[in-house]
Amino acid sequence: MDRIPILRMGDCLIVAIQVDMHDRLAIALQDDLTARIVKDKAKGVLIDISALDIVDSFIGRMISNTAAMATVLDAQTVVVGMQPSVAITLVELGLTLTGVRTALDVERGMALLKQRQR
Amino acid sequence: MNSFGVVVASTVEVGLRSDQEIVKLRQIVRDEAIAQGFSLVDQTKFVTAASELARNTLLYGGGGDATLNVLLNGTRKGLRLTFVDKGQGIPDIERALQDGFTSGSGLGLGLGGARRLCDEFEIQSEPGKGTTVSITKWKLR
Repeated sequence: MDRIPILRMGDCLIVAIQVDMHDRLAIALQDDLTARIVKDKAKGVLIDISALDIVDSFIGRMISNTAAMATVLDAQTVVVGMQPSVAITLVELGLTLTGVRTALDVERGMALLKQRQR
Repeated sequence: MNSFGVVVASTVEVGLRSDQEIVKLRQIVRDEAIAQGFSLVDQTKFVTAASELARNTLLYGGGGDATLNVLLNGTRKGLRLTFVDKGQGIPDIERALQDGFTSGSGLGLGLGGARRLCDEFEIQSEPGKGTTVSITKWKLR
């Protein structure tokens, strides 16, 4: 089965979701990320969703859950690059990603992770 | 809801029997929404609603079929997507439409959320026989 690659930079993990994810792929990513947080002793996780042109309740839940799991594993999560049309749709759908930190782009997201580790 | 004068200009059918087919449906709906000139926000809303309902068809209906229609009403254009399954049906539709209600493990946002994202929403369900859900979005002029 396909997997979404997870890159490590220092003590951060970086994921750029570049494909239209089917549900099993989203669950696999959640499993892989939590395993890598522990294995790499990561302190931060950055998820770039700029290539996603929809986030439905399933993917939204995956993102929320991943952030919650990361917190329990002592890592911070930042979601970056959400398209404006996706943000509008998510809120209207009823999903506000409570508890998930966001930033407009990768640079700002990394800065946020660095700042919070101090 | 008055459907007088509405003409079905084209029809595409998609089977929904795996989560790969949900992705395929999203792409087909996106392509048609672009072809009909929907705004980016409206494309995104309709595709998201389609994804929610397709997942319901797969998870709760045991799979089924989706039909995408391009509608013409005078000079007005719309897209209608109808999901049909022969699953267990929904005993209490009003309750199923409430945010946060789910009989499965999801968030319970699918049906109510899909209704909010579209202009027209219709649902028919008979316990033991199946469910038909139809959503329509009209292009803003």
